[in-house]
Amino acid sequence: MSEQKPGWRELPFGAIPYKSSLEYHTGDWGVERPVFDLEKCTRCTFCHFYCPEGAISFDAGHPEVDLRYCKGCGICANECPAGAIRMVRKG
Amino acid sequence: MSRQKLLGLNGDEAAAYAIKQVNPDVVAAYPITPQTIIVERFSEYVADGLVDTEFVAVESEHSAMSCCIGAAAAGARAFTATAANGLALMWEMLYIAASLRLPIVMAVVNRAMSAPINIHNDHSDSMGARDSGWIQIYCENSQEVYDTCIEAWRIGEHLDVQLPVMVCLDGFTLSHTMENVLTLSDEAVRDFIGERPYIKVRGHLGEAEFRLDPEKPLTMGPLDLYDFYFEHKMHQVEAMKEALKAIPEIDEEYAEISGREYRLLHPYMMEDAEVAIIGLGSTMGTVRYVVDRMRRRGLKVGMVRMRVFRPFPTEELQKLLKDVEVVGVLDKAMSFGAPGGPLYEELRTIFYDVDENPIIVDYIYGLGGRDTPPHLIEETYEELLEVKRRGEAVEKLKFLGVRM
Repeated sequence: MSEQKPGWRELPFGAIPYKSSLEYHTGDWGVERPVFDLEKCTRCTFCHFYCPEGAISFDAGHPEVDLRYCKGCGICANECPAGAIRMVRKG
Repeated sequence: MSRQKLLGLNGDEAAAYAIKQVNPDVVAAYPITPQTIIVERFSEYVADGLVDTEFVAVESEHSAMSCCIGAAAAGARAFTATAANGLALMWEMLYIAASLRLPIVMAVVNRAMSAPINIHNDHSDSMGARDSGWIQIYCENSQEVYDTCIEAWRIGEHLDVQLPVMVCLDGFTLSHTMENVLTLSDEAVRDFIGERPYIKVRGHLGEAEFRLDPEKPLTMGPLDLYDFYFEHKMHQVEAMKEALKAIPEIDEEYAEISGREYRLLHPYMMEDAEVAIIGLGSTMGTVRYVVDRMRRRGLKVGMVRMRVFRPFPTEELQKLLKDVEVVGVLDKAMSFGAPGGPLYEELRTIFYDVDENPIIVDYIYGLGGRDTPPHLIEETYEELLEVKRRGEAVEKLKFLGVRM
């Protein structure tokens, strides 16, 4: 966190964020990350919809996680009907 | 100046009538004595179709303020009114309204805080809220209540200010006492307050108006920890400074249409005053009467009614009181365990750095609606003159009109 933050005169009015939540990389909070077994995965997209961070996409035709935002909560692994997601330690 | 109509109104009715003419988008309120008449009258205006307001009969004052916050955040003009324990129940929301910079207007009909339960006037309710970030204006009579309930919108919505405003009026003394009130035409009020202006902010989707709009989404009041919260408080510090400049400007403009100008402070007979009394609210009318009486006896006494308590008009007070030898402060609230009442403490603070400063004595008075008749004020002036002769005050904190 070496970013130089703006002084009070530069901050936008009214206690609104000065940047989008897209720029807050909250993924570094997490301990674990999901690993997808693409053999078992049925592409049902439950993990995409259950992810509280919207960090799982199907843009590539199969699930992918954006680790910049994944907090490692494990909801995707819990909800996956095919048992295709397991959580492993980050790093 | 526009044509005006003379009406017989009590303080609460004067507030309701002004708000009817303002025609705000949302009024959310819960009844509590002595504020009830405001909401009662206003709900009649709604029922009679005289206003376009969405009237929300909420289940508590906490909800009333929450509702106003939501409405104001969405860009609406929102009004509410309360007193004493109702104000206390709003507490956390008061801070949120001010910190989110929402120019809500609220009439606070000053009443003593329980316990023991008491419905009569003192300033313990709004004085407790003095650090919440609201502008506080204390009215002397129903005319001023009417005028201030109109001016308050312009003050709060001023682009350099953007803060909520409390219009304080003394319970029963003003709220339930009928007076002649000169009222402007609906058009004159509408022209004066205009439309609510919005600050332009730089959101992450580019420039937007500061209000909730699905087309240009904003996040208001997000988690704001040690790395930003302090900076946002600086915004509020600055806004209060700006309010000090904006209030007299708006007042001057209001005087052009109404012929009535209020300013920050109301000095009376201060040019050559040797001792003076300073205070807030309706009692200052009694003090003015006593000043006249004592002046006829050749005594050089004066008074200052403080109209605007937040922001605190430091320089104006220093200028006005620096040549006075003794100042008696009338505080209608006690800060228990403190050296004195709120006005006394702040007044002494601003004179600490001034070389020529008056002796300042605090008089806590009128708690729970205890009557403060002219003879008590006269005795106070006599005491202040005695302090001037001695050159020192034996007691700095006194209780006026309490049985010993």
